[in-house]
Amino acid sequence: MPEPILAEGAAPGDSVTQPPLPEAVDRILTGWGRTSPTAARVITPGEPADVVRSLWSHNGATRPGVIARGLGRSYGDAAQCAGGLVIETGRLDRIGAINDAGEVEVDAGVSLAALLRTSLPQGWFVPVTPGTRQVTIGGAIAADIHGKNHHQDGSFCAHVTSITLATPTGVLQVSQSVDPALFWATAGGMGLTGVILGATIRMRRVETAWMRVDTERHGELQGLMDALERVDATHRYSVAWLDCSARGRHLGRGILDAGDHARASELGASAARDPLAAPHDARFKVPVALPAPLVGGLSVAAFNRAWYAKSPSRPGRIRPLGGFFHPLDALGDWNRLFGPRGFVQYQYVVPSERRDVIVSTLELLQRAGAACSMAVLKRFGPGDPGPLSFPMAGWTLALDLPVGPPGLRRALRELDQLVLAAHGRVYLAKDSRLGPVAFAAMYPRLSEFETTLRRVDPEGLMQSDLSRRLRIGSLAR
Amino acid sequence: MNDAFARPNSVLVLGATSDIARAIVGLLVRDGCERVVLAGRDQVRLAEAAGEAKEAGASFVATLGFDANEVDQAAGVVDSGFSAAGRVDLVVVGLGLLADQPEDERDPTRVTRCLTVNFTWPAAALTRVAEHFREQGSGRALVLSSVAGVRVRRSNYIYGSAKAGLDAYARSLNQTLAGSGGFITVVRPGFVVSRMTEGRSAPPISTTPDAVARDAVAGLERGAEVVWSPGYLAVIFRVLRLLPEAIWRRLPF
Repeated sequence: MPEPILAEGAAPGDSVTQPPLPEAVDRILTGWGRTSPTAARVITPGEPADVVRSLWSHNGATRPGVIARGLGRSYGDAAQCAGGLVIETGRLDRIGAINDAGEVEVDAGVSLAALLRTSLPQGWFVPVTPGTRQVTIGGAIAADIHGKNHHQDGSFCAHVTSITLATPTGVLQVSQSVDPALFWATAGGMGLTGVILGATIRMRRVETAWMRVDTERHGELQGLMDALERVDATHRYSVAWLDCSARGRHLGRGILDAGDHARASELGASAARDPLAAPHDARFKVPVALPAPLVGGLSVAAFNRAWYAKSPSRPGRIRPLGGFFHPLDALGDWNRLFGPRGFVQYQYVVPSERRDVIVSTLELLQRAGAACSMAVLKRFGPGDPGPLSFPMAGWTLALDLPVGPPGLRRALRELDQLVLAAHGRVYLAKDSRLGPVAFAAMYPRLSEFETTLRRVDPEGLMQSDLSRRLRIGSLAR
Repeated sequence: MNDAFARPNSVLVLGATSDIARAIVGLLVRDGCERVVLAGRDQVRLAEAAGEAKEAGASFVATLGFDANEVDQAAGVVDSGFSAAGRVDLVVVGLGLLADQPEDERDPTRVTRCLTVNFTWPAAALTRVAEHFREQGSGRALVLSSVAGVRVRRSNYIYGSAKAGLDAYARSLNQTLAGSGGFITVVRPGFVVSRMTEGRSAPPISTTPDAVARDAVAGLERGAEVVWSPGYLAVIFRVLRLLPEAIWRRLPF
């Protein structure tokens, strides 16, 4: 990233005469799940300095509320702010040079896809990636995202060496040693500490853009979970996909993928010609939002069974990195498949000894008649110090659930209680329906987070629909 | 904020003492709604409704008195409701008054009163609600209409005309809200056995406040512009609307 636009500790009001800001437009925003649309003024500044001016000029507005928005991949209402100002970071897209230690300065609006296009040919991979490349650096930090390597490498912010943050009270550069309280409040803080302008990321050295993947098919849940525990010791990346339609003794059957970056010597002749080719963007898109969901009960069950059937156990297959990490990117705008009512994603983590919660979850959803189009199970390693950071050691399960079945809402409220009783928690980047009471119980370090907020945002300027729904904020309690 | 299932955290109820409004509030609060502002005329019943909401689990309950004959006050009542609640996720417009037909038919004052309570006041209030929704960038409304307004009958035309007006007004207002984050759902119940219809003989098809509340909240979740309660009335009225006036007039209700 370019040199900081304002010195560390610069304060609002320091800037004098400047060109006009880009025009703000009124827009309806939703998250990736396409539920809960609300309207906000949206501004897309081209320079970090303009972000800062937009943020500060909104200070004292009749209706407070500013939040940053990247690529809108949060499933719920994290990157929308009804009646307020939404600062899109898409034009903050500069990528610095990668140094010998793998450190790179990037603007907040840079997507992992863009970063990989630059870094992979030089032999650098992102330290952590979720199931899509279409997330920004700002979003990755704000949600403290995790990937298939969490058990070995932790979450995204463990690999962030510094963050440039525009808070309502000043632009600051923070790191794990400089103002660690603010650094860790920003890690997983859902954008509520301010607008992230850029960060320095430590990348991972790779020889190829290919993966060596062991695939195992397991006919029931306990065997699958045993296998997940086993491969975590031997593989950097692991994940299991569950067939939610399977019942009885096949409950929780699924496919386990365990992978590592392939070495150049392992590639076949054609791959070896360009071993570091970056993955393509999606060739096909869902062109319009479907008037009715294509993803319903029957199609979901058929899809789950077909996926299970097509994935027999195979060791040591060499696969392109895009297909392994980012299966969601094969089809652009796939969230439109769920029809006008959208879908919710429910992801939680429970401690390792609470395998029973996974079983209860699958049974509960089947009882409620909820169609689950996708269920992904993985083991987390220890969490990082972020008070609102989601990961902690244990099992995490992510479920895609189309809105529609009448019992779904109640079933998810039951699930909240199950997760809470097991001392687990729900992932805010996926959430669109948790209540403030359950949330506060799941994140007992909330008050620590809010103490930091009171320091950098005493007026409660930073707000999102999510923070309002969950009542997070310096003035919230 | 409304969650992914359109369940509000805060609700403002205009006409909060009606049985249907109370049933809706009960449902919402049990589903997690924390802040409730109840506006109505009858202070005793208002206090009762507030007690119910508290008992159901609302953490903040406030009441507001108003008289729906005073049309000039409508905007002020809405403003007070919004400022008491903070941010309003859902407005329920539930006030209503049946006319005494045929006694009222020749009394312009009574006719005016029925039209005011069922149409003019709610329309004025909704206009203000829409303004708040635009400013908030969000907000949902449930407007209690009636099948009596879908095709107006001789025996109940004063009330029916008012509801027909409100129904059309609310649906049109909803169109003006496109792109604003606000959204209005019109609810058309059939004959509801409730305090309002006490002493009237129920037609062959009737429903209850609880059933209407369930249908209304389900409609909210669905994002419906119009909700019939019970749902099959949509089909029945599709047919009834096509009947020639000569036959309609002779129907025995």
